[in-house]
Amino acid sequence: MAKITLDNLAHSYLPAPKGPEDWALKEMNHVWGDGEAYALLGASGCGKSTLLNIISGLVHPSQGRILFDDQDVTAQTTAARNIAQVFQFPVVYDTITVRDNLAFPLRNRRAPAQYVAERVQSIAQMIGMEDTLDRKARGLTADAKQKISLGRGMVREDVNALLFDEPLTVIDPHMKWELRTQLKALHHEFGHTMIYVTHDQTEALTFADKVVVMHDGRVVQVGTPEELFERPAHTFVGYFIGSPGMNLLDAQVEGDRAIVDGTEIPLGADYGRPGGRVQIGVRPEFVSLSTSGAGLPVRLSRVEDVGRHKVVRCDHEGTQINAIAAEGAEVPADLSRVEFVPDAVNVYSDDWRVAPKTSNREAA
Amino acid sequence: MDKPVNQKAWLLVLPVLVLVSFSAIIPLMTVVNYSVQDTFGQNQFFWSGLTWFSDMLASDRMWDALARQVAFSLIILAIEVPLGIIVAINMPKSGVKASVCLVLMSLPLLIPWNVVGTIWQIFGRTDIGLLGYTLDAVGIDFNYTQGFYSAWATLIVMDVWHWTSLVALLAYAGLQSIPGAYYQAAKIDQASRWAVFRYIELPKMSGVLTIAILLRFMDSFKIYTEPFVVTGGGPGNATTLLSIDLVKMALGQFDLGKAGAFSIMYFLVILLVSWVFYTVMTNLDKRDGR
Repeated sequence: MAKITLDNLAHSYLPAPKGPEDWALKEMNHVWGDGEAYALLGASGCGKSTLLNIISGLVHPSQGRILFDDQDVTAQTTAARNIAQVFQFPVVYDTITVRDNLAFPLRNRRAPAQYVAERVQSIAQMIGMEDTLDRKARGLTADAKQKISLGRGMVREDVNALLFDEPLTVIDPHMKWELRTQLKALHHEFGHTMIYVTHDQTEALTFADKVVVMHDGRVVQVGTPEELFERPAHTFVGYFIGSPGMNLLDAQVEGDRAIVDGTEIPLGADYGRPGGRVQIGVRPEFVSLSTSGAGLPVRLSRVEDVGRHKVVRCDHEGTQINAIAAEGAEVPADLSRVEFVPDAVNVYSDDWRVAPKTSNREAA
Repeated sequence: MDKPVNQKAWLLVLPVLVLVSFSAIIPLMTVVNYSVQDTFGQNQFFWSGLTWFSDMLASDRMWDALARQVAFSLIILAIEVPLGIIVAINMPKSGVKASVCLVLMSLPLLIPWNVVGTIWQIFGRTDIGLLGYTLDAVGIDFNYTQGFYSAWATLIVMDVWHWTSLVALLAYAGLQSIPGAYYQAAKIDQASRWAVFRYIELPKMSGVLTIAILLRFMDSFKIYTEPFVVTGGGPGNATTLLSIDLVKMALGQFDLGKAGAFSIMYFLVILLVSWVFYTVMTNLDKRDGR
């Protein structure tokens, strides 16, 4: 168990990177707290697997250092770093039994036989494979194989960190919940530092204490699920987290008012006069529908009933605005305006969130 | 559900049947024909039953040739399979170097058997051959036309040179199909190089290796041209393998009946060994799967 520090870390797969687009990972400084469970969330190709492989030592970074606690491990091999990693697709040793598969990392480190047997037994119980221990791994189903991979990752107790690279992709939905719950229980019990890479926001939000959102080779926000939901630090976070994502509108902001195409929208705090490309963002959960009066003029395009609630898709001069209405609520056919909850409106300048000057939100 | 029955479908099989008849079945049947008949010339044949077969089974000459043949096949398999695997593992995995390696490795496979024989025949000569001359010059008594061991060594080295590439290329294809995550997981599990080979590479290669062994067995068991060109079966009978012996019998001595019986048994042995090998390998696979 260790605190993991990334110091000026950056990586490019090209031998001589030139522009920013050549860097898979842009320079970053980040500390992964000891014993915390992180989810590394981002769209495919944003560099999250690269980052994970750099931490585990499978990829050597182009620049910067990695420290486990205060020891520089940048030059160390994967084995020397003593970490465990579970991959997206199951890796099992086909020709040996499930038991030998689980024992493999321990035996390679010359653990005593008695200890190996006990660990294997308890891990088998955890992944629910006690009765298949003596079978060859070859004929098993994909999710059984992935459970073995997970088990092999967890069999060592003294690892510095447990890394998961989208490990539940091939697993059945009901099994996903179960395994995720078990991973969480394991985390509570042993307090390993865990980093869990995923592009599934539900998975990230349910697994982790802290979610690290990556976009285009950069960490754009680190926060609890609530923070990501309420105050996305970057428009990507707003868009990527939530279903549907945050509504974004080009606006002019002056103090505690925003003007979108001539319509004035009240804000929850004084934002001054931000420069650059200014946008306001509001989550569909905080959009209310009305047929008259104030608010942004829109045309209703369609309503999607997703079971627990309705997603109302509106159009404001070519920009889509989504609202969430309660399942029982009536969506007026002559819907013409939407209003935003002032406190829930965030202001962005060049995609980054602008902090309010004075806030009455925190006080509320 | 009733399956529709249409006997006209047999017509679709007919072209293949005709082709295979002319290329395989009819020639084989003429051999069968010779093997159960005897002749005193003038193209007059009479039925002799299984006499030729029992004669051949009682003949030391055939058993000796068979023993030499089995020894030859086992020796080249024992060298070519491990060597091919080692070569495949050490080949570059991608890029220009990999392409260059692949082309270089394929070259021996493209050379006609006769030419391979001639190359080694000259290469091994003590008067003008680079290999033979050099070995002689450093004091090794090497002469494939005189020495038993020299002749065998030449044949084996020649076969290894000619065919190890095949095993290596097949093994390389097997290795290329292993996802990178396996090697990464092995690193994380702190597996030794041997463990990586034993538990990842070998299992993933087992399919192609079965094919490689099968191909090399069948081919080496039938080998004729190269030893014929290099040693002609000598010195004495030292390198008279089954095919060479068969040709001597059929065309040299014109013993058609014996040669026919010999051919059929030769064919059956290859068929039997290949079938047994293949069945055993696929059953091992299935048993593991359960």
